[in-house]
Amino acid sequence: MTVLVFVETEAGHARQASRSAIAAASKLGEVHALVVGDAASVGASADAAAKIPGVTKVLKAGNDALAHTLAEPLADLLVSLAGDYSHIVAAASSVGKNVLPRAAALLDVQPIPDVLDIVDADTFVRPIYAGNALATVKSADAKKVLTIRATSFDPAPAEGGSAAIEDAAAPAAGDTSRFVSAETPTSDRPELESARVIVSGGRGLQNGENFKTVLEPLADKLGAAIGASRVAVDSGYVPNDYQVGQTGKIVAPELYIAVGISGAIQHLAGMKDSKVIVAINKDEDAPIFQVADYGLVGDLFDVVPKLAAAL
Amino acid sequence: MKILVPVKRVVDYNIKVRPKADGTGVETAGLKMSMNPFDEIAVEEALRLREKGAATEVVAVSIGVQQAQDTLRTAMAMGADRAILVLTEESPEPLAVAKILKAIVERETPDLLILGKQAIDDDMNATGQMLAGLLGWPQGTFASKVELADGRAEVAREVDGGTEVVSIALPAIVTADLRLNEPRYASLPNIMKAKKKPLETLQASDLGVDTTRRLTVVSVAEPPARKAGVKVGSVEELVEKLRNEAKVI
Repeated sequence: MTVLVFVETEAGHARQASRSAIAAASKLGEVHALVVGDAASVGASADAAAKIPGVTKVLKAGNDALAHTLAEPLADLLVSLAGDYSHIVAAASSVGKNVLPRAAALLDVQPIPDVLDIVDADTFVRPIYAGNALATVKSADAKKVLTIRATSFDPAPAEGGSAAIEDAAAPAAGDTSRFVSAETPTSDRPELESARVIVSGGRGLQNGENFKTVLEPLADKLGAAIGASRVAVDSGYVPNDYQVGQTGKIVAPELYIAVGISGAIQHLAGMKDSKVIVAINKDEDAPIFQVADYGLVGDLFDVVPKLAAAL
Repeated sequence: MKILVPVKRVVDYNIKVRPKADGTGVETAGLKMSMNPFDEIAVEEALRLREKGAATEVVAVSIGVQQAQDTLRTAMAMGADRAILVLTEESPEPLAVAKILKAIVERETPDLLILGKQAIDDDMNATGQMLAGLLGWPQGTFASKVELADGRAEVAREVDGGTEVVSIALPAIVTADLRLNEPRYASLPNIMKAKKKPLETLQASDLGVDTTRRLTVVSVAEPPARKAGVKVGSVEELVEKLRNEAKVI
């Protein structure tokens, strides 16, 4: 069996989530990687994918239509390549979730999103009901279309392989869908999904200023990424892409420190696979204490600066 | 312009479900059911577009068992003009739902469909994208802002690392993210009025759609439980435990 993995690249590097998808795909068979981009940058992206151990061939498709991973041309490309493959796989990122179901429909296949575990070539484990249940499903489709939950598979290394690179025919640019602009707030902190430590804030922080003055010093000491609950994002304390939860990012760091977060089902869905969870909350009945390895009941404005000072 | 809004009846988002003891599914008997929260946002957006004069009619569609008509009445109480219920077994897969919706789109010829980005029961996040593929229409998924002008929709999308804006030609598919809007509550007079609005009922088989499942559920289990934690009395004790017991700092 040969598996096609769509690999997302950024500035000539394969994203960590895509390397996790490659690790998952390696359990199924031989792995070919697909990289796309504009004609000028796709070469460097293909070189990066070729170095990932476990990848035996890289298909590269570069043109303007593919520069922004729009769903329409990318799904058409996946469908045009699908004939040779038993499985089509991508990370369950915003790009993977946007594109793979569209490609699956065109192949008349029911996709299997957010795969946590691979039982065999047809059987997969995925979370349902915000992670409150794990469903094992067996697919009767001839081809499997999967997205992979990155935190459930250790990423394949970035270096060490040397796959051959081939050109794939890129689809023509249409006009039904056009990229207009992107706004990506820059940060010096580690990326939320790959951070070893995450310090996350919720309603208890009260405002955006307190994220800066209370949480940032602690995150700096730990080299941590900063996350947030939905309430903190909806209240405008921090940007949307900080959100951890069923509707935000799914993370599984070694240490997750939840500060002023009650622990609603929706939030727990995004972080309960963290190795060690610490909760700091003044409400001793907050549900977050039911999943926390270490809980400290107290006022975060008192406790968090003390904790930062003690590290 | 006509907007079609598919809505799904799901277990209320506040309820923590449990797998059945025999592992065949989750226990849903007797639980409170509600409209999927993302679908409320989709309905709200369609109503706002109608209120701005960008749309003339909002039609709600639900696919599932007879009780899904309650969900459609809720959509009409919010302001949808009429509703269509397609009767099937409970909760068909997104592929089947997308095929049924394609048949409805061919009958109704809407200019825009707004769906929720995912249903909070199966967490698939697939139906909108699949329907767009089947229809050959462009898609604006995970939308946090939608503006219509000159036969196109400009959609701000929530993506990893920030926001992206795309322009898609109508007819098109949009899926709503949480931040698109704050859905309205249905008032009592509007709930009463909604009982008189037209609700058409169809059988999936009449639409010629095969709803055979492609995925068989082998088992449904509780996720591994976390080991019970401890409460610490002070910051010093916390630091000591993280250093020497958990060894994570």
